[in-house]
Amino acid sequence: MLIKKTLLISMLTAITLLSTNVMAESPQQKGLRISKLADAKDNGFSDFTANMVMTLKNRAGKTSRRIIRIKTLEGKGDGDKSLSLFDQPQDVKGTAMLTFSHGLKADDQWLYLPALKRVKRINSRNKSGPFMGSEFAFEDLGSQEVEKFKYKFLRTEKCANGWTCNVIERTPAYKYSGYSKQQVWLDTKEYRPVKVMFYDRKNSLMKTLQSTGFKQYLGRYWRPTTMSMVNHQTGKSTILQWTNYKFKTGLTARDFNKKALAR
Amino acid sequence: MKTNIFLLTSVSTLFISTLGVSTGVSAGELSGNISLEGRYFNSDGAFPDQQKNGGISLSLQPEYKHKWDNDHSQFTFSPFYRWDNQDKERTHADIRQLDIVSSKGDWEFQAGIGKVYWGVTESQHLVDIINQTDAIEGADGEDKLGQPLFRVSHLSENGSLDLFVLPYFRERTFAGSKGRFRTPLVIDTDKPTFESSKKEKHIDYAVRWSETVDELDIGVHYFNGTSRAPIFNPIIKNGIAVGLQPHYPLIDQIGIDLQYTGEETIWKFEGISRNYTRQSGLKDYTASVVGFEHSLPLLSDSGLEMTLLGEYHHDSRGEVASAPFQNDVFVGSRLSFNDTESTELLAGAFVDLDNSSKSLRVEASRRIGKGLKLNIEAQVFMDIDKTDPLKIFEKDDYLQLELQKYF
Repeated sequence: MLIKKTLLISMLTAITLLSTNVMAESPQQKGLRISKLADAKDNGFSDFTANMVMTLKNRAGKTSRRIIRIKTLEGKGDGDKSLSLFDQPQDVKGTAMLTFSHGLKADDQWLYLPALKRVKRINSRNKSGPFMGSEFAFEDLGSQEVEKFKYKFLRTEKCANGWTCNVIERTPAYKYSGYSKQQVWLDTKEYRPVKVMFYDRKNSLMKTLQSTGFKQYLGRYWRPTTMSMVNHQTGKSTILQWTNYKFKTGLTARDFNKKALAR
Repeated sequence: MKTNIFLLTSVSTLFISTLGVSTGVSAGELSGNISLEGRYFNSDGAFPDQQKNGGISLSLQPEYKHKWDNDHSQFTFSPFYRWDNQDKERTHADIRQLDIVSSKGDWEFQAGIGKVYWGVTESQHLVDIINQTDAIEGADGEDKLGQPLFRVSHLSENGSLDLFVLPYFRERTFAGSKGRFRTPLVIDTDKPTFESSKKEKHIDYAVRWSETVDELDIGVHYFNGTSRAPIFNPIIKNGIAVGLQPHYPLIDQIGIDLQYTGEETIWKFEGISRNYTRQSGLKDYTASVVGFEHSLPLLSDSGLEMTLLGEYHHDSRGEVASAPFQNDVFVGSRLSFNDTESTELLAGAFVDLDNSSKSLRVEASRRIGKGLKLNIEAQVFMDIDKTDPLKIFEKDDYLQLELQKYF
């Protein structure tokens, strides 16, 4: 009898706890849940390669261009590994960057300088600095592991393409970020990151990133064709054009080591 | 040039055969740069015949690259030529690279003429021994001659093991009588002597193991062969020394390089222990560099980045000609503007702790327009003690402008 009673009470408690959990999910819990779902949606891509054309535009409208090839290997139990190979401007042709991203722990990063044939390990102190003079910071282009941020669900609203988006605020949990917070618009159906607004350390709006031309690969993985970053404080902007996306190309960890940088 | 022709014929057969069997061929790519350099010296040379105020120089380094097998194999050909209007020794050609690199699973192979870089420190490159220094190119010792080599590398969970066979030796380049940065007696590069009876055909060997363990990057090497750094013997004519003859002894060397990459501060160490043969009569020695690189927070919203550098040099030989950095400190700072033009500035000073001789160096670079780059370099020698090996360069303070066109 006693055993039965205890069991009944504990079961009831469990049910009550469970229901309060669902019913009164805090904005933080909801933000994290959605972000995890978005991350899970992209699970299992194994690897991909793509070409990126980066067009920098200053306030006067003068443009300059960078061309970079990207190779990424999905991390298992850790963050992704990625290799960026620079083709333009001509003077940095052959330069390559290898990144092992982690959750909260600082990413490991090596730079290959072709003129010296030197592989140089670099630190991540200044990840808030601009990537090749663009409006993208290193931290914007790194792998966006779930653990890197703390989340808070804000609202659901209409967004681009007539989609409905969840708006989530995320605060960098890693050291040396240049942002106090970011607001991310994820569409409710496929969790595509349509828009991100970046707030600087003084909490004023700094940049807006808009992603368009989403295409689905292998019937599952969504990637944008164009990413446009506008800096509201300087009037400068950078546009990324992605082409030639290929998934599951058969890359392995052997393609992501210090030796591979020189190839 | 004789050397280069030898190298060309000896490796070309290999390339032709390898290229012949390659599948999935994609078009090769041609790139490279052509540079115009102007140098200004503010004092007359210390020695007779030396150029007065500097001169101009042109260099060309194209690179042809062909990749196949999903980028797992590549062929590279990169010749180099420099013309100098002052020093005929500085007018020279080299094959910087003519090789095939191929990787299959855990193995990587390299054959041909190539360049290999080892090391972590900035102000001196102690462990970097595979390639000969093209000393006439620049004062920093970072320009290298192409080295004929065969390499096999094996990658495993325990790092990378590289085995090198180096079948041909390259002699170091030196300034001619009109050149700056030279010894009082001109080095006669036409008559080098070797400890090995096989001379430049002595086969050198090297092994290196390198590994990354979290924040630590480790490299350990062993080298057996002809020293890249020569010693000098006077050339005597009628009882008078008229020049210096380079002599290349045989050595055995072990070395280690370490880097600990902290989030704000990077710590570095390079050390070597070099042994000569008993017959050579030369004294074994050790040398090391220990230093740090500290990143400051960004200095501005535009991303101005400042890094502080400090390195200490030790050499057990003491203050001798071949060891200018026996108890010296290098302090410097690198500024990266992170702008569209990739503007960078590096300023630093070597200070000899024994005699307070100083040498200041500034390097700056900036992209201008499309495919053009401007490099500025300057060096000043100060309070050079008369016992310091740098004494001979005291009158060689210079400013150099270089405009590079990339294609």
